[in-house]
Amino acid sequence: MVELPVARPSVGAAGKTGNWRLFKPSIDYRKCIKCLLCWMYCPDGVISLSGKGLPVIDYEYCKGCGICAEECPVKAIEMVKEVEG
Amino acid sequence: MREFLTGNYAAAYGVKLSRVEVVSAYPITPQTSVIEKISEFVEKGELKAKLIRVESEHSAMAAVIGAAFSGARAYTATSAQGLLYMYEMIWWAAGSRLPVVAGIVTRAIAPPWSIWTDHSDFMTLRDAGWAMLFASSAQEVLDMTIQAFKLAKELMLPVAVGWDAFITSHTAEPVEVPPQEQVDYFLGEKKKSPAAVDFENPFAHGALAFPKDYPKFREDIHRTLKAAGEVYSNIERRYYEATGRERYGLVEEVFCEDADAVMFIMGAAAGDAIHAAGELRRKGLHVGVARIRSIRPFPRNEVEKIARRASKVIVFDRSYSLGFGGVLATEVRSVLHEEGVDTPVISVTGGLGGSDLSPEYFEKIFLKGLGV
Amino acid sequence: MLLEFRWHGRGGQGVVTAALLFARAAVNKGLYALAIPFFGAERRGAPVVAFNRISDKVIRMRSSVKRPDFVAVLDPSLLGLVDVAGGLKLGGTLIINGSKETAEEFVEKVGKRVAVVDATGIALELGLKLSGYALANMPMVGAVARVSGVVDLDALRKAVYDVWDGRVADSNWAGVERGFKEVKIFG
Repeated sequence: MVELPVARPSVGAAGKTGNWRLFKPSIDYRKCIKCLLCWMYCPDGVISLSGKGLPVIDYEYCKGCGICAEECPVKAIEMVKEVEG
Repeated sequence: MREFLTGNYAAAYGVKLSRVEVVSAYPITPQTSVIEKISEFVEKGELKAKLIRVESEHSAMAAVIGAAFSGARAYTATSAQGLLYMYEMIWWAAGSRLPVVAGIVTRAIAPPWSIWTDHSDFMTLRDAGWAMLFASSAQEVLDMTIQAFKLAKELMLPVAVGWDAFITSHTAEPVEVPPQEQVDYFLGEKKKSPAAVDFENPFAHGALAFPKDYPKFREDIHRTLKAAGEVYSNIERRYYEATGRERYGLVEEVFCEDADAVMFIMGAAAGDAIHAAGELRRKGLHVGVARIRSIRPFPRNEVEKIARRASKVIVFDRSYSLGFGGVLATEVRSVLHEEGVDTPVISVTGGLGGSDLSPEYFEKIFLKGLGV
Repeated sequence: MLLEFRWHGRGGQGVVTAALLFARAAVNKGLYALAIPFFGAERRGAPVVAFNRISDKVIRMRSSVKRPDFVAVLDPSLLGLVDVAGGLKLGGTLIINGSKETAEEFVEKVGKRVAVVDATGIALELGLKLSGYALANMPMVGAVARVSGVVDLDALRKAVYDVWDGRVADSNWAGVERGFKEVKIFG
């Protein structure tokens, strides 16, 4: 077998990156217009879509970068400080 | 079919018969007519390949790397300065384990400018993870080019086929061109390359390797190339079975069995050395020529065996490691030292920048080697 | 058997083409042949050389020819400029594009057998011209074939029609044939 110098995508290769978070994004589904911009912009691909087309965040891997909150055109995502413990 | 071809045209025929799918190159003397002939084949529809015109050799190698990533059979050719300009991509091709083939029409490196042969450009590939074959006639350029595609695929490494500027590249000689069906049979069904892009099972190339991972990739290339002699010999045997062409192994031995002095030499000038050896044999002197056909894999076993039998080894280099000496001589000495062979080794460097190497010149070297 | 040839001419006169065509004709005769161009500063008009080696066995030598059996001179203006007889074997022959007078002068000067053919005249009569040059190379190939005895007209004809076709082939062939028939040996 050839040792190919390639990287294959795998979940959690760098551990549960959700532990890094200081602030977590919280979606207010009453305001969400399902525009999918948060889903598109998330650099870690941790936002998936529910059956109803609503964005769902995987907090195990969300690093809390806040890009989704920044991009949300209707300010439906708020960055909330993590509670310790 | 017997054709009358230059070395460069023979390379183009080899590419055509191998059904290469992508060719990318930038013209440089003395390589130019390789690509001219290939483009003629493409234009006439005799070769269904994409010919990618580029602005530099760096891009030419990048283009064939891209083609190989898509699983295509890819070829390029260059010389001297062009190869040096390609050098970063040369390492990418090997490190990424891509089975591309490159023709290297050897030409001395500038400055001062020269368009004539020596092997300094070819030898720069030595440490880069490429398999390196070297032809001494147009016939061998054709045969080796076809064999190179098979070798590349089996090693999952790029293969360079070298031949001398003008002396081989522009000299015309009768060449047996095997029929297409024989080459098709030899190369076999095209299989999917493990390094090729796969949409079902995606992966990223060009990733970072941490210190704990990096060595295993280098070790794998090293092991693969070191063991490639047997792979090449099998390929040569299968080529012989398919086409009936000669096979030589990694080293062609002429008059070596009972020779007191054996000369190791690579490239077209080996023919002149063989002629000189024949003349000296007629005068009762036991000399032989061992023509090196592969630098990587290096023919360790053959070199050891030949040198052990002889009382004097002469290594003729057409390149220098400047400030150290002949490149081939250094490698031969290293093998003999490791194997405990104490036959004295004389290193001779000559023919740089295309200076003419005649049989008379080689006779003198043999006589000096024999101490006559 | 190993015969070696050297061709002299000027860049653009078709020296390399002559050597290639001659070797092809030898291959047609079932011989092994090499056409070796010497590439230098290939500018138009500069003195250039090319070589042939012809044998009944495979030839492995690739160095330039130093002791030719035959030397062909495509351009008479080179005679005073280049040592065309240099290295010519004892019993070797110079084949010159020129007149009877040139031949006699040369026999006296170098003491070798000399053959001449008015290759330029033949080329001009047949309209073998390219960019202002008379293509003396075709008649010279015929002359060298005849004098060396290595290839016959059939082998030459096949070589010409393998390389060219149509009108170009016809006029080239006419040049080769006339060179073959009109060359004369002195000395």
